[in-house]
Amino acid sequence: MIDLNRLKPVAFLLCLLPAAVLAWDFWGVTHNRPDALGANPIRAAEIYTGLWTLRFLAITLAVTPVRELFGLGALAKFRRMFGLFTFFYACVHLSMWVGVDWYFDWQAMGGEIVKHKYILIGMTTFVLLLPLALTSTKGSVRRLGGARWARLHRLIYLCAITGTVHYLWAVKKDTLFPLIYLLVFGLLLGFRLCEHYVGPLRLRARPARRTPARRAAPIADATTNAGSLGDAR
Amino acid sequence: MWIRRPDDIKSSEITDEKLYIDRRRFLLTAGILGASGAGLLACNNEAQGSSGSAEVDGGFAQQPEDKLNTYEQITSYNNFYEFGTDKEDPKHNSAGFHPQPWSVRVEGLCTRPGDYHFQDLIKPHKVVDRTYRLRCVEAWSMVIPWQGIPLAEMIKRFDPQPSAKYVAFTTVMRPDEMPGQRRPVLPWPYIEGLRMDEAMNDLTLMATGLYGKPLPNQDGAPIRLIVPWKYGFKGIKSIVKIAFVDRQPQTTWNIAAPDEYGFYANVNPEVDHPRWSQATERRIGEFRRRRTLMFNGYADKVASMYAGMDLRKNY
Repeated sequence: MIDLNRLKPVAFLLCLLPAAVLAWDFWGVTHNRPDALGANPIRAAEIYTGLWTLRFLAITLAVTPVRELFGLGALAKFRRMFGLFTFFYACVHLSMWVGVDWYFDWQAMGGEIVKHKYILIGMTTFVLLLPLALTSTKGSVRRLGGARWARLHRLIYLCAITGTVHYLWAVKKDTLFPLIYLLVFGLLLGFRLCEHYVGPLRLRARPARRTPARRAAPIADATTNAGSLGDAR
Repeated sequence: MWIRRPDDIKSSEITDEKLYIDRRRFLLTAGILGASGAGLLACNNEAQGSSGSAEVDGGFAQQPEDKLNTYEQITSYNNFYEFGTDKEDPKHNSAGFHPQPWSVRVEGLCTRPGDYHFQDLIKPHKVVDRTYRLRCVEAWSMVIPWQGIPLAEMIKRFDPQPSAKYVAFTTVMRPDEMPGQRRPVLPWPYIEGLRMDEAMNDLTLMATGLYGKPLPNQDGAPIRLIVPWKYGFKGIKSIVKIAFVDRQPQTTWNIAAPDEYGFYANVNPEVDHPRWSQATERRIGEFRRRRTLMFNGYADKVASMYAGMDLRKNY
């Protein structure tokens, strides 16, 4: 079994890849590849960073279901990193809008937020993400206390919904992709609701010592599971 | 008097983009940039009315210079949902579309209805050059050198009856060649319409080419409408039907979202769309936004048609 901890730096670099591609294309637009981001590079960059924010949000929310369904306990250590990358791409997305699209025209942007509901809900989503990013440290968990911290961080579910609605409302007519994102988030949230009301969902048996009911599981199966969990420790 | 049939131009006669720009640069300066603010660039040979009035439109003089967008920009950033909803889709998905042979059905309240073969539709007329700003409702814009026939001239040939108050247009329906039509994103086929006086306005053009080349598939081949003072979606593409009617015709975007897209769709910086503010626009190829002009800068040619109308209500 691969040591997930050792993959963390690799995952970190992979998470930076979309930003690196965008930076490379931006450099291209201003230098030798004027069409690197199409005919409307600013719009393209806004859509690109917005979509990557939603994707990282989905990845973050997928950590717990994947971990529990496949018994990959070590994934828990990736969740904060993915969450912070969600915030990172949200920041890049917002900076594109503020600094590039509107070129710091605060008055015009104020008008935009008030006039257009898709911008209002997008801005709301960003504001909701702020406390989550600020309390992402271990110290914050200690200060707030585990239960209160967890309650605060349930805001991420709301962000998933408002973020996708922001996308849905921004789209002119073809809502297929926003609805696909909505479906994905629906499944991820549905998993939590299911766990809450029905009980834990498992695709792979837990090691014998933690689930006594499974004690009769084949030995080979039990050892692989124990191995994967052992890695997590 | 007619010049040529656009589809049998020898390739040697097609003007190179660079040469085209050089040749037209003085015209651009004279027309679009001219104090008129009308941007009408009727050139060819006859004095098609370079509207040289000295009236300066609002802040237009302070606007950055209008520059032609490149052929690449005009043909790679298109809203043509029949070929897909992404801006690059029309370029990528339109190769299998056959703009020839083509015919246009003319029907309704006129004395010369019938099926007109594309060549017969074009032949009796003089193809003119018109460089217009194109303002999309999504708050981006381009400057495009079209070739085509003023719609008014074409309409006169069909001799509409006095009872004809509107002109209705229909796009071709070919789901096998237009993948976008296989999904019900909009009610197909695309339909649009103009009031008769709008259709007869000097600026209104049936475009058959751009940059001296036949209209590319992604830009509405072989024939499309250009109404430069209205948002781009009024410029219906790949037209197969022109009907003279007595009542305001339905239009596709108005059916799809009536609170967002009206029948008139005149460019108006003061009336915001629920999704996009219309006071500014991004010219493709430019970094900073520019101010949007009333009637897209063609007010002196068209504003009188809407005198007394509440443009906030008739958006």
